[in-house]
Amino acid sequence: MDFSELFKLSGLLGRFSPDGKCLASCVQFRLVVRDASTLQVLQLYTCLDQIQYIEWSSDSLFILCAMYKRGIVQVWSLEQPDWHCKIDEGSAGLVASCWSPDGRHILNTTEFHLRITVWSLCTKSVSYIKYPKACQQGIAFTKDGRYMAVAERRDCKDFISIFVCSDWQLLRHFDTETQDLFGIEWAPNGCVLAVWDTCLEYKILLYSLDGRLLSTYRAYEWSLGIKSIAWSPSSQFLAIGSYDEKVRILNHVTWKKITEFEHPATVANTKTIVYKEVEKSPSVETERLSFPPPRALAGSLFSTQSKYDVSQVPVSLQCIKPVADRANPKMGIGMLAFSPDNCFLATKNDNIPNAVWIWDIQKLKLFVVLEQLCAVQSFQWDPRQPRLAVCTGNSKVYLWSPAGCVAVQVPLEGDFQIVSLSWHASGDSMALLGKDNFCMCYLEREEVK
Amino acid sequence: MGDWKTITVPVLSSDSKNIFQYTSEKKISPSSMNSQVLRLPLPSSKSMHGFFSAFCTEENIEQSISYLDRELTTLGFPSIYAESKGKELNLISIINCMNELLVLQHKNLRAQEEIELQHLKLGSDMEHLQNCYTKLKEQLELSKREIVGLQERDRQLQSKNRNLHQLLKNEKDEVQKLQNIISSRATQYNHDMKRKEREYNKLKERLHQLVMNKKDKKIAMEVLNYVGRADGKRGAWRTDKTEARNEEEMYKVLLSDYEQRQKQLLVENAELKKVLQQMKKEIISLLPPQKQKPKERSEDGPVLSDLEEDIGELNKENMWELSCETVREQLTNSIRKQWRMLKNHVEKLDNQVSRVRSGALNEKDVISREDHELETEKLELEIQQCKEMIRTQQQLLQQQLMSPCDDDTTLILQDCYLLEERERLQEEWRLFREQKKNFEKERRSFTEAAIRLGLERKAFEEDRGTWLKQQFLSMSTDCKHSENMTAPSAFLGSSDQDNRLAISTSQRKPHCMLSVPVSAESCQTSQYLTHNSSSAASKTPAGDSKPNQWVESDKEAAE
Repeated sequence: MDFSELFKLSGLLGRFSPDGKCLASCVQFRLVVRDASTLQVLQLYTCLDQIQYIEWSSDSLFILCAMYKRGIVQVWSLEQPDWHCKIDEGSAGLVASCWSPDGRHILNTTEFHLRITVWSLCTKSVSYIKYPKACQQGIAFTKDGRYMAVAERRDCKDFISIFVCSDWQLLRHFDTETQDLFGIEWAPNGCVLAVWDTCLEYKILLYSLDGRLLSTYRAYEWSLGIKSIAWSPSSQFLAIGSYDEKVRILNHVTWKKITEFEHPATVANTKTIVYKEVEKSPSVETERLSFPPPRALAGSLFSTQSKYDVSQVPVSLQCIKPVADRANPKMGIGMLAFSPDNCFLATKNDNIPNAVWIWDIQKLKLFVVLEQLCAVQSFQWDPRQPRLAVCTGNSKVYLWSPAGCVAVQVPLEGDFQIVSLSWHASGDSMALLGKDNFCMCYLEREEVK
Repeated sequence: MGDWKTITVPVLSSDSKNIFQYTSEKKISPSSMNSQVLRLPLPSSKSMHGFFSAFCTEENIEQSISYLDRELTTLGFPSIYAESKGKELNLISIINCMNELLVLQHKNLRAQEEIELQHLKLGSDMEHLQNCYTKLKEQLELSKREIVGLQERDRQLQSKNRNLHQLLKNEKDEVQKLQNIISSRATQYNHDMKRKEREYNKLKERLHQLVMNKKDKKIAMEVLNYVGRADGKRGAWRTDKTEARNEEEMYKVLLSDYEQRQKQLLVENAELKKVLQQMKKEIISLLPPQKQKPKERSEDGPVLSDLEEDIGELNKENMWELSCETVREQLTNSIRKQWRMLKNHVEKLDNQVSRVRSGALNEKDVISREDHELETEKLELEIQQCKEMIRTQQQLLQQQLMSPCDDDTTLILQDCYLLEERERLQEEWRLFREQKKNFEKERRSFTEAAIRLGLERKAFEEDRGTWLKQQFLSMSTDCKHSENMTAPSAFLGSSDQDNRLAISTSQRKPHCMLSVPVSAESCQTSQYLTHNSSSAASKTPAGDSKPNQWVESDKEAAE
């Protein structure tokens, strides 16, 4: 495993282009585009303000940089560095911006969710979508980029509008039986739309592309409900994480619950492997120390190393008690992700923040628990194989695969806390993102096996 | 407690013998109480004596005699005066009277003693009973108190329970109320939310108007030049046609998805069908064919079996491609039927196995039950016999007891028996001695014979050695096989001799062993004898000059 040197970064804005050739990163006003493999700077753009959001177009030709504070979006072309485009939302303000799947339209959500403006880069035309709902996940595109679903709120009722992305024609418009719609998500096959209600109520609705209600699922009443959902890449399963620390898995035929994954603080099943991260102080022999110490060694000298131990079940995991009188309690399943081959599901229970749970979907059983020393910040599956990268806000990156798991110290100077990570599409490298810098991590092919 | 009970029992029983026993016991046992009782009258008798001396003096001797006479006659004694001679005393009658009086006195004393004892006993009984009574009373009091306490506790618990029930009810009510409150609050909240949202919407609308309709110059897109579409086409106008096309495309997407899913299901179905078919085949192959067919026919009649055959034919063809409902039904029916058959078969096998397994046990059980009955009958018979025996023995014993049972006589009798026994034993002992002597004699002769044999053997061995030497010397050039031939033959001859002797000894030995138990009467003696003989046998080889040879010959005999 090799690591690049550290590069400056702000706002965790580091993105690989969809074709995997480039890596865009932001440093304050500047947008830096590098070659993903050599890390040579290909382009450097300067925006009008501090960049708050960047997004690659689907064809990797354009990058949009949103500056919400000023209500501006700037678009840069990779092919023509002198081409520029600036969209000003003016006094309406800007809270969100994104590309349409075709990479020629930009959807800007104005302040107070007054409307969504659809700007075209091809023509002068501007379209508006009124009454967008102010919610976490109000816009969703199908994977093939043909359709867009938008959550709307009119007359205190939730509606879904489905648009054809090619010409922004409204295809379907229907109301949903939700109290206060919270999010929408297309199944990867683009035929089923999952709609879930606010956390006050456990309710998930499944709509067909043509607006028919396929099914409704409610696990319980009264207590806080859904926190996160994830479709399996095959669209076969829908995993629903909720505040009761459980993941429920629905099937795509009957839309009934197949199983329920509990996340208790004690892992008792002897078939579950529990990897526990253990710190070990670096044992550097004094005779091998030279003065001044080499840079890489100096970095690692002051940071503790860690490794994984297989702990004997039953294991009790460190559990935090959520504060009862605060909104959005730190409990329940906040993160969940299917592996690209549908075989595994990784979850995180927010009141056991140090653990990642990996479930075997073929057996519908808990397979592995990774118990970290620090709270898990983020995890992401390798897009090519069942391999999970985890970061916990320190300078280590953790990798799990069915063969085992490793903890790797990033051998760099200074304080580098990895908060987020993003895999390259090839699965050969990943960007480790910290608050102020980022670095690339290259995985050897041999290790890939 | 036990003391007085054991004493009272003989008093209560009217059996004369028991009393006799009891009294005799009393006589024997030198209890302090008895001695006290006996001692008590002594001083009183002395005082009586003193009184008597005062009663009769020289002067009033006549009156006292007459007084005594009167008294005695009133008491039923004969007069102390000689009837014929008026005032003359009849000395004999006086003495008789005296004696009788003394006897009476003795009797009375004894009776008094007994009565006193009884009185004491009764007193202690009384005391004991009183103690018991008070104790029981206390106990009664205590238990009454306990009952009261328990009742009180019960009452308290009941009241507590009632309170808890009340509390539970209250809690339930509270829960209900809270639920109502929650729902009412929720509705209120929703209502307020709606109101707020409406307001907010109005505001939004207003803001929208203000912001959007002001012809905000700032809302604009500056672009160097418009770029081409990703697909290279130009944007089409939105018309009804495009709408219809979009609609069509959407349905196409949906259709393709459903088709894909159907394909998947078909594949899955095919696989399942394959499994089913395989299962069916395996079931058919598993089931014994000759059993299967008649059953089918008997169960389902000829029509269904015909169908079955049809299905069987279809099986061979591409019936699996057909998902027609009738075929499916038939298929499931046939599978079910076969499954049922298989189940029956398996159950039957299970039954057989269990029968086989438990059969032996069961049969044994049955036999044993019969045996039991027989045995019990036998045992009952035996018991009856035994009982009879016991009865007769008891009768005999009783008779023995009834007859005046002087210890001496019984002792003498026992002694007689013992003497008889001893005589008999001595006789046996003598016999045994004789036998032992005989044995010794025999053994000696045996050892002598053995010694002789050994000597003979030695001589023979020497002879053979010399003979062999001669042979060897004379025929040193000869081939070896002749030598080999001769050696075994010589050996054989010797062994034959040995065998004959050994057999004779072995024949003799068991004979005498057997003769012992026959002659001996009691089992003990025979055991003793065998033990003795064995010890004697073990002794003899030790004492022998050539024990090894003896053993060898014995071994040969065994071979």
